[in-house]
Amino acid sequence: MGGIPHDHYEPKTKGEKWLHSRLPIVGLMYATLTAPTPKNLNWMWIWGIVLTFCLVLQIVTGIVLAMHYTPHVDNAFASVEHIMRDVNGGYMLRYMHANGASLFFVAVYAHIFRGLYYGSYKAPREVTWIIGMLIYLLMMATGFMGYVLPWGQMSFWGATVITGLFGAIPFIGESIQTLLLGGPAVDNATLNRFFSLHYLLPFVIAGLVILHIWAFHTTGNNNPTGVEVRRGSKEEAEKDTLPFWPYFVIKDLFALAVILVVFFAVVGFMPNYLGHPDNYIEANALSTPAHIVPEWYFLPFYAILRAFTSEVWVVQIASFVTGGIIDAKFFGVLAMFGAIAVMALVPWLDTSSVRSGRFRPMFKWWFALLVIDFFALMWLGAMPAEEPYASFSLIASAYWFAYFLVILPLLGVIEKPDAQPATIEEDFAAHYGGDADKSAE
Amino acid sequence: MFKKLAISTVAAVTLATGAFAAGGEGHIEDFDFSFEGPFGAFDQNQLQRGLQVYTEVCSACHGLKFVPIRTLADEGGPHLPEDQVRAYAAQFDIYDAALDEDVPRKPSDFFPESALENAPDLSLMAKARAGFHGPYGLGINQFVKGIGGTEYIASILTGYTGEEKEQAGVTFYENTAFPGGWIAMAPPLYGEDVEFADGHDNDLHHIAADVSAFLMWTAEPKMMARKQAGVVGVLLLTLLSVLLYMTNKKLWAPHKKKH
Repeated sequence: MGGIPHDHYEPKTKGEKWLHSRLPIVGLMYATLTAPTPKNLNWMWIWGIVLTFCLVLQIVTGIVLAMHYTPHVDNAFASVEHIMRDVNGGYMLRYMHANGASLFFVAVYAHIFRGLYYGSYKAPREVTWIIGMLIYLLMMATGFMGYVLPWGQMSFWGATVITGLFGAIPFIGESIQTLLLGGPAVDNATLNRFFSLHYLLPFVIAGLVILHIWAFHTTGNNNPTGVEVRRGSKEEAEKDTLPFWPYFVIKDLFALAVILVVFFAVVGFMPNYLGHPDNYIEANALSTPAHIVPEWYFLPFYAILRAFTSEVWVVQIASFVTGGIIDAKFFGVLAMFGAIAVMALVPWLDTSSVRSGRFRPMFKWWFALLVIDFFALMWLGAMPAEEPYASFSLIASAYWFAYFLVILPLLGVIEKPDAQPATIEEDFAAHYGGDADKSAE
Repeated sequence: MFKKLAISTVAAVTLATGAFAAGGEGHIEDFDFSFEGPFGAFDQNQLQRGLQVYTEVCSACHGLKFVPIRTLADEGGPHLPEDQVRAYAAQFDIYDAALDEDVPRKPSDFFPESALENAPDLSLMAKARAGFHGPYGLGINQFVKGIGGTEYIASILTGYTGEEKEQAGVTFYENTAFPGGWIAMAPPLYGEDVEFADGHDNDLHHIAADVSAFLMWTAEPKMMARKQAGVVGVLLLTLLSVLLYMTNKKLWAPHKKKH
C-alpha cells in the first residue's frame, strides 16, 4: 500500500496456495486489513467508514422499499402510505432511508471539508479527490431523484424547478430537459425514469467508492500533519503507522456507534425534522406551494444558483458580451455547477507546498471563513428570494469562488508556513508522549 | 481547529434559526398532547373521542382516504372492539363494481374520500402542516413537541374570530392561526358540538384537541412503535458505544503512554 513497506500475505497450506494462484482474494483482504495507516489520524478521519455504512444502509433499505413502492403517478403517494401503514416495519425502513440520506450528506460534507483543511487533495492524491467529487455529484443526483419518488408537492415542484435548470442551457437546453422529463412536463415518464436511475446510481457510486479506496490505498492515507509516512524500510514505516485492523477499525466503529445514537434518536423521535411538511400533500400540478425549498443538503448551491439575478453587474456583462446567450438563469446554473467545479479543481488551484492547514497560519482563517460561508449559504438557500437575503447570497457566493480562484492560489505565494514535524512519529509522540521505540511494537 | 469551528458554526446556526423562527405566519397555540416527546403515547380515550368528532363533524366534508377502517382496532390507536369497527365501517357505502351498486363498507375498506371537492383529505394533515417550523425554525424544539401539525390543526379550529368577508362570491372567515388570516372553511366547531358517552368535557378547546390528536394518529398510526424502536435503538447503540470506547481506549493505550 502506497509504497509503504509492510508484510504481505503468504499462502501456507496447499488449499490456500491453490486459491491464491487462481484468485488472490485472501491476499486482497489481508492487505486491506493490515494496511499501514498513519497512527496520528484524528477524529475527522472517521467519515469514510460512516459514508460506507450510509451507502450500505441506503441500498439495503432502498431495495426493500422498492419491493413495496409503485412508480406510477396515480399510485406512488398511496404506495408510500401503504409502506408507512401496512408493511411490517415499513415506517422504520422509510424513515431510515429518508434520514439516511441526510446522514449521508452530513458525513460527505464533513469528509470533504476534512480534505480541504488537511490538503488531502494535493499530489499525489488528486485522483482520489476527483473520484470523490464524482461520487458527491452522483449522490446529489441520487438524492434529488429519491426525493421525487414519494410524489408529494415538494417532489413534484422540486423536480419541475431543478429540471427547469437544464432548460436554461442555450440551444440544447430544452432537448435535455425533455429527455430528463420524458415529455414536456414532470409526469409519469419522469417518475419512472427517476425511479429507475435512483435504483441504478447507488451501484455506480459503489463502484466509484471501490476506485476511491483503491486510489488512496495506492498513495497511502493523508494525515493531520500532511507529512508522508517514511518509506525507507519496514521498521521505519512501522514507527509512523499502525495496521488498519484492529486500531482504526475499532476507532471508526466507536465513532460510527456514537453517530448512530444520534441517527436513531432522529429516526425514532423526530423523523420528519429534516423533511418538508408539503411533501405529505400529494403532488398537484395545479397548485404551487408557497415556497419551493430543496432538501437541506442542496441549499448552499441553491443559494448560489439564485444569487446571480439580472441585476448583478457580472451577469449583465456576461449577457452583453455573449449577446444575450448567457442570461441570468443560465448564469445561475453555470455558477451552481461552477461552485462544485472549482472545488473539484482545488488540487491545481492550491499553490502551497505545505499540505496540512495545521501549518498554514493565514490559510486557517480563510478556511474558517469558507466553513462559515458554507453554512451561511445553506441558511440563505432556505430564505425567500428577497432583500436582504439576495445581497447576502451574492456576497457569500462571491467568497466561495474567491476562496478557490483567488485566495488559494495567492496564499501559496505570500504565506509563510509554520514548521512541520519531521515525521508522523514525532507528531504522535508530541501529542501522546509514548516513546518512539515502543510505539512501533 | 475543527473543534473551534464546530462550536462557532453551531452557535451561528442556532442564532440564525432563532431569528427566522420569530417571523412566523399565523399564531399557533402550544397545546399539550399526550404523545409529545420521546416517551409520549397516544391516549386511547382521546383518540376515540376524536374519532367521534371527526365522524359527526369533519367527515361531512373531509375524507381520510389513506386510512384503512380496520386500523381503528389496532392497539396503540383508538383500539375499538372488532364488532364496533364492523359497525363503524358499515355506516359508509362504497361502490361495488361487480354488483354495480353501493354496498356498506367492510373494515378492510378505507375511510371515504372528501365529500367536498375543495375540502382537503385529512389523513396526513397533521404531518402536512407544521406548527413549529423546522429545521430552520425552532430547531431542537421538535424533539420534544414534534412538528406541531396537531397544534396547527387545533389552533385553526379554535382560532376563528367571528369576522367574515366576501371576496369574489366566496366567504372567508378570519382565523388567527391561518397564514394570511382568512380561511375559506366555515368555523366547524363551536363547542358542545358533540356529546361524549362518558360525559367528557366538550368545550371548544377540548374537542379541538381531541380531533387533532385523532388526526395525528391517522397521519402517523405507527408513532408509538416508532418511538419504542427509537428508545431501544438509542439504548443499545449507547451501550455499544461505551463498549467500543473502552475497547478502543485499551487497544490504543500501549501506544499512547504519556511520559
